[in-house]
Amino acid sequence: MSVLEIKDLHVRVETENGPKEILKGVNLTIRSGETHAIMGPNGSGKSTLAYSIAGHPRYEVTSGSVLLDGVDVLEMSVDERARAGLFLAMQYPVEVPGVSVSNFLRTAVTAVRGEAPKLRDWLKELKGAMSDLSVDPAFAERNVNEGFSGGERKRHEILQLGLLKPKFAVLDETDSGLDVDALKVVSDGVNRTRETGEAGILLITHTTRLLRQIPVDFVHVFVEGRVAAEGGPELAELIDANGYEQYQTVGARD
Amino acid sequence: MTISAPPSDLAPRLAGLSLAEIAIPNGREEEWRFTPLARLAGLHSLTEAPQSVSFKIDAPAGVEIAEAEATSTFPAADRIAAAAANLSETVLSVTIPAEAVLDKTVLLRINGGAGAAVGRFEVRAGKYSQAEVLLDHTGSGAQAVAGHFIVADGAQLTIVSVHDGDRDHVLAGQHAISLGRDSKVTHVVVTLGGDVVRLVTTVEYTQPGGDAIMSGAFFTDAGQHHEHRLFVDHAVPHCRSDVMYKGVLQGDEAHSVWIGDVLIRGNAVGTSTYEMNRNLLLTDGARADSVPNLEIETGEIEGAGHASTTGRFDEEQIFYLTSRGIPVVEAKRLVVRGFLTEVIDRIPAEDVRQRLLVGVERRLGDSVSLFQDGPDA
Ligand SMILES: Nc1ncnc2c1ncn2[C@@H]1O[C@H](COP(=O)(O)OP(=O)(O)OP(=O)(O)O)[C@@H](O)[C@H]1O
Ligand SMILES: [Mg+2]
Repeated sequence: MSVLEIKDLHVRVETENGPKEILKGVNLTIRSGETHAIMGPNGSGKSTLAYSIAGHPRYEVTSGSVLLDGVDVLEMSVDERARAGLFLAMQYPVEVPGVSVSNFLRTAVTAVRGEAPKLRDWLKELKGAMSDLSVDPAFAERNVNEGFSGGERKRHEILQLGLLKPKFAVLDETDSGLDVDALKVVSDGVNRTRETGEAGILLITHTTRLLRQIPVDFVHVFVEGRVAAEGGPELAELIDANGYEQYQTVGARD
Repeated sequence: MTISAPPSDLAPRLAGLSLAEIAIPNGREEEWRFTPLARLAGLHSLTEAPQSVSFKIDAPAGVEIAEAEATSTFPAADRIAAAAANLSETVLSVTIPAEAVLDKTVLLRINGGAGAAVGRFEVRAGKYSQAEVLLDHTGSGAQAVAGHFIVADGAQLTIVSVHDGDRDHVLAGQHAISLGRDSKVTHVVVTLGGDVVRLVTTVEYTQPGGDAIMSGAFFTDAGQHHEHRLFVDHAVPHCRSDVMYKGVLQGDEAHSVWIGDVLIRGNAVGTSTYEMNRNLLLTDGARADSVPNLEIETGEIEGAGHASTTGRFDEEQIFYLTSRGIPVVEAKRLVVRGFLTEVIDRIPAEDVRQRLLVGVERRLGDSVSLFQDGPDA
């Protein structure tokens, strides 16, 4: 049983016009086995939260903390965080030319598990994980994200979720750019992780489409860099009907 | 940095001249302006014969080896190549008989000793022969080498040249390749070692149908100067050239120079050419000069293009890999290997591929501390 606590997190980025505060005091606690959704309008800071948890160098934490079972994650390097059990499925995963998916996955699995899986076991595991996500076996020989369609990128992210078995996973807009069939395949993948009961999941989305496929326990409405409202799954339906307007400050409405 | 220079700079226009007729470079000439002349151990200003390079040769049965007086003219492109050709008393000649298909690599080793030396060799690939030649440069001292490759009609010759000398090694010279009808040369350069390596490679097509696949991989470490200059002269119709050089640089004063001159002359209709140089800078303080030049004198070609890029480690790539638990040093290794893959895939010999990879890994490993406080740490 693990717990991830985000306390009063303030984050800024360097922009052309000087530093800009994006997260303005985020509080959030997730426990193993729970699935949370963060819903918020474009530009509200959802990806910033995800990147800050993962440790992207562009985001500067000015105050607050992120604790994994009481240990300060913000003191760790990006790779240490991943080995400690954090995972981020990215909204826009980048291409890594010349590095094959199979080489990348095996290197990542070796790093996270602390030892290289036996080649035979590994090939079997990879094959199984790929077929669970209806991924063509030839995919393993392609270069990471190079020429991947939007759907392939998202499947590749969820493939990693299944193989790396993190304690906490942040899935940033994993539903965007997916057609109905691909959404089903990807949601099934997330649900397999959810059903182990061993991982805490934070789904970032700004539609309720994904939430119809993946049952969530808590919904957090994210507006202007902080959590503006919290509740159960019914909150998602409310937002679907009424939008975010009631949570926005007057000046920020468009 | 890109400064255009006329392709004719690298044309072998010094052929047949005596050394006395060729001015000693002062470093301001277009062809010498990137080269640290002071570090060449005098190779550019030789006036009389120093020592001779000693070649160690290991060739499969059937290959004819001879050491004789030079009978042919070497198409020298610069004064160092001219010195290597003119001051060498003999030419080491390797002849692959017509129609021979070698099942073993012809190995030509140059393990340099102290002092300056000149050497000249030629490889004659007979009609329809198929062979692979590995030139292995190691050791120290300073060598000027002129290598002439004469590829007869229908022959296929693979030339792999590995430059892996000691840290004080100086190697300069020229590979002059002459292609017959429907012949093919695959030329691969792997440059890792030395203080200065400066290789000029020239390609001439004597008949239609020639094909030149020119590849290079170099890893230029702190203080090293690696210079690769190519001149591909499309003077006859329906020939092809495909040039791909990739370089990785790290550390203070690491300097690479790549000059790719391709000339498509007026009657070279149906030419297809592409040349590319990509460099990856791992740290500040390293510099890659890359100058592609494509001069086209006829419109009736099949295709011509060039590309040159020099970039740094992509922070987003490193973030992506490390966010999967992969340590930074290993992530950078993956990216560097990935960057070189395209060239590595064009190296035919497994042992040379391994040598390149091990050389790269070792140089990356030596700089772990550099990496940890590198540009994106
Ligand atoms: N690196 C950056 N440089 C400058 N501005 C940034 C940077 N990253 C984020 N921002 C700004 O911070 C705000 C929040 O961006 P973020 O990507 O976190 O929003 P989001 O909620 O994920 O939006 P979306 O729903 O479109 O994915 C935006 O105004 C964005 O332009
Ligand atoms: Mg976002």
